[in-house]
Amino acid sequence: MSREQHSAHNYLRPTKKFPNVWCPGCGIGIVMGSLIRAVDHLGLEKDNVALISGIGCTGRMPVYTDFNTMHTTHGRALAFATGLKLARPEMEVIVVMGDGDALAIGGNHFIHAARRNMDITAIVVNNNIYGMTGGQYSPTTPLDSRATTAPYGNIEPPMPIADLAAAAGASYVARTTVYHAVEMDRYIEQAVSKKGFSMIEVVSYCHTTYGRINKLGSAVDMMRALKENSVSLTAAEKLPPEEREKKVVRGVLRNIDKPGYVELYDKVIAKAQGG
Amino acid sequence: MTTRLMQGNEAVSWGALAAGCRFYAGYPITPSTEIAEMLSRELPKIGGKFIQMEDEIGSLAAVIGASVGGLKSMTATSGPGFSLMQEHIGYAAMTEIPCVIVDVQRLGPSTGSPTSASQGDVMQARWGSHGDYPIIALSPTTVPQAFDLTVAAFNISEHYRTPVILLLDEVIGHMRERVTLPDFSTVTRVERMGTDVPPEWYRPYGDSISDVPPMANFGSGYRYHITGLYHDQMGYPTQRLDEIDPWIQRVHRKIERNLNNIIMTEEYGLSSANTVVIAYGATARSARHAVKLARQRRHKVGMLTLLTIWPFAEEAICKIAQTTKRFVVPEMNLGQAALEVERLVGKNRVVRVNRANGEMVTPQMILQAIEGR
Repeated sequence: MSREQHSAHNYLRPTKKFPNVWCPGCGIGIVMGSLIRAVDHLGLEKDNVALISGIGCTGRMPVYTDFNTMHTTHGRALAFATGLKLARPEMEVIVVMGDGDALAIGGNHFIHAARRNMDITAIVVNNNIYGMTGGQYSPTTPLDSRATTAPYGNIEPPMPIADLAAAAGASYVARTTVYHAVEMDRYIEQAVSKKGFSMIEVVSYCHTTYGRINKLGSAVDMMRALKENSVSLTAAEKLPPEEREKKVVRGVLRNIDKPGYVELYDKVIAKAQGG
Repeated sequence: MTTRLMQGNEAVSWGALAAGCRFYAGYPITPSTEIAEMLSRELPKIGGKFIQMEDEIGSLAAVIGASVGGLKSMTATSGPGFSLMQEHIGYAAMTEIPCVIVDVQRLGPSTGSPTSASQGDVMQARWGSHGDYPIIALSPTTVPQAFDLTVAAFNISEHYRTPVILLLDEVIGHMRERVTLPDFSTVTRVERMGTDVPPEWYRPYGDSISDVPPMANFGSGYRYHITGLYHDQMGYPTQRLDEIDPWIQRVHRKIERNLNNIIMTEEYGLSSANTVVIAYGATARSARHAVKLARQRRHKVGMLTLLTIWPFAEEAICKIAQTTKRFVVPEMNLGQAALEVERLVGKNRVVRVNRANGEMVTPQMILQAIEGR
């Protein structure tokens, strides 16, 4: 059976009432689908997968999936995941967060999970806004664009999520968009298979809040914009810097081999036990 | 069995190991840091895990995560860090995940005086997180008791699926006393009740005779959902009143129906007393001395020591109030447990003895209050 034919229903909870909380046209469901395809393709046992989230629209993803799931507090998902991973090193621990969740309130945990190279896969769905609370500016809201708390335009420069993860010490960093679902499948597979901390920034959109207040049109319009405004890493290298800055650059931005925290702590245990 | 001189913080660490603690996450803070230092050394020796997190919020998050993974888990902190942990104390109560939080109280508010003693976190231990939730807080008066109550904290936490706070004060944390450590294999350990039903039958927050639902650890073949939102018996978010009401009643009931097993007190000379001193933590030591001096002077004084601060020993105090006129409540704060005693017996029967400058309440201060001077 090819991947395309495989039913995601094997990984969705039959006991959980659908539909989901997301607005029609939202990109978060695409990320959930991609995550499921990646897990399926890797042949992971559902019992062996933990999906952990914080608060916000993206934070609602785990409840629909048939894994060991935990919807934690705002910004702290990586810290919860750190404890679980150390207690159950054999489990694949995957964390999904929004941009505000991961980088504003959770920024400290994000940096330190990357620095420790904690064996966790983090997926940050970046929709440039706080969607669930109604469209306040987030750490990734573009300069000059509007939000309900930036009625005169945003004066804060956006956080470079992928650069931050790489600089802090992540083993694997990639960026893609919700338009590029097949690419996303591949990146999530690579990230989950990787030792240490891996982070995928998935650029999405929020047509309900950000799109409306900035007059960017429907979900379809915003999806089309993602397609048109993003370039692959190789194509980006050929662009002049001022052009490149305007684009969402997709690709694997960092992929290095170094021991993850779990492996290093096993050595601590061996040392403590006189080995 | 070994006998040695040790700090309260050390006794807490040994108590944790004896109770089966295998995970510690924490952030350095005076006067609790010795616990982290000791467990960073001792845990890996027995295959346990230690991690120094980026802050106290992350520390308690990691502790809860590890507990979900099946390890008995603990953190230790002091006032400022305890304030940061409040959201996750509420999360642990809401999700019914066992964990132990040690708070070695120092003088507050704010950064206060890090090496000075205090009992200023009594009310924060009870009401620090938002909303209504049950909480258990234990407070040792001696170093050997710090060992015993740490073991008790783990056992209660696992038994009732609830966070348990161990309230030390700086005096007990740093003071050295002789402790006889038992052979850890002889220490009574309570393990959380698991489940062996077929996974499709498992209801992580279902009804049970004990009001404590069996807890499946992540990775054990029972896939379920944990959330800080109000949830139904399957753990899924709900806004239904007929699911919210039973939940909040059950989590309170699981503690309230077991008060006799949770509330620990020590009584001394109550039968003929017309004045009773109620004390806890290091202050109980001054109180013991004051009561002894007062009785030598033929005052009819008794004493009730609270080892469990929350839930408050209402039944014991109300019973004493039937035969006793006055209560003296000494504390290293401006009156926190005294508020509870006043609520139970009436304000006019309670004499507060307070000191909130980082020094202990002295026996003389308590003696003066006993003698009504």
